[in-house]
Amino acid sequence: MITLNHYLVLSAALFVMGFAGVVLRRNALVIFMSIELMLNAVNLSFVAFSRQFGNLDGQLASFFVIVLAAAEAAIGLAIIVLVFRRRATVQTTALNTLRDATNAS
Amino acid sequence: MSPIEPLVFTGLAALTITACTLIAFSKNLVYSAFSLLGAFAGIAGLMILLGADFVGVIQILVYVGGILVLYLFAVLMTAGIGDVKLSNPVISVKIAAPALVLLVLLLGKLIYSTHWFAAETTTFAPTTSAIGETLLKEYLLPFELISILLLAALVGAVAMARREVKEGKGS
Repeated sequence: MITLNHYLVLSAALFVMGFAGVVLRRNALVIFMSIELMLNAVNLSFVAFSRQFGNLDGQLASFFVIVLAAAEAAIGLAIIVLVFRRRATVQTTALNTLRDATNAS
Repeated sequence: MSPIEPLVFTGLAALTITACTLIAFSKNLVYSAFSLLGAFAGIAGLMILLGADFVGVIQILVYVGGILVLYLFAVLMTAGIGDVKLSNPVISVKIAAPALVLLVLLLGKLIYSTHWFAAETTTFAPTTSAIGETLLKEYLLPFELISILLLAALVGAVAMARREVKEGKGS
């Protein structure tokens, strides 16, 4: 029998992997993909709770998260493409023009 | 519950976990982008397994049909596909590893120390009409607000892309 805990553990594992992608990777695109993963993991637990509690509120919450993810992907990818056109890189370590000039490497 | 459910759950969970591992840890950016397909499809399958048919289908439509294609375009437009080794480097592991371990411990403790309600059996009834009614009754204000947000985001994305095209033509 697959219980709520199975889904929650799976969701937590997906969330941790998304977090790992965000903190480990230097490419802005992979960071964005990992954020999508975290949003998806939260969606999964929302839907699991929706079944658990027998109402649709969790599913509606996951709808709103999906819409947010779509808006975030559209804006974020547009920004990344613009940054790439201007700087010819999307490595987050290379985008350091706001840094203290005396420390710049 | 049908005896096939654990089997389906295990299969979908394995697919999703494998795809997510590839996304987060693959050296090649293109592999990461294509692994998104497995992750999104696996999660959509899990949602349908949970009895949320409409959300699962929306997941496939929006993520696989829209967001995944956006990501593929962005990857192919930005990353130097030739330099596979350099396209996806790793930042300092020394800082990231403690944060990850902390997060795992926190989530594990949260899941196992909370007493959830007893599990209900999944009923595979169509949820579409109920979702539509709830969306236009209790959730009308969030629904309208999120529509405005989405519209603003799309207009913003178009505006950003358009300005760059004009500059390119002018130069």
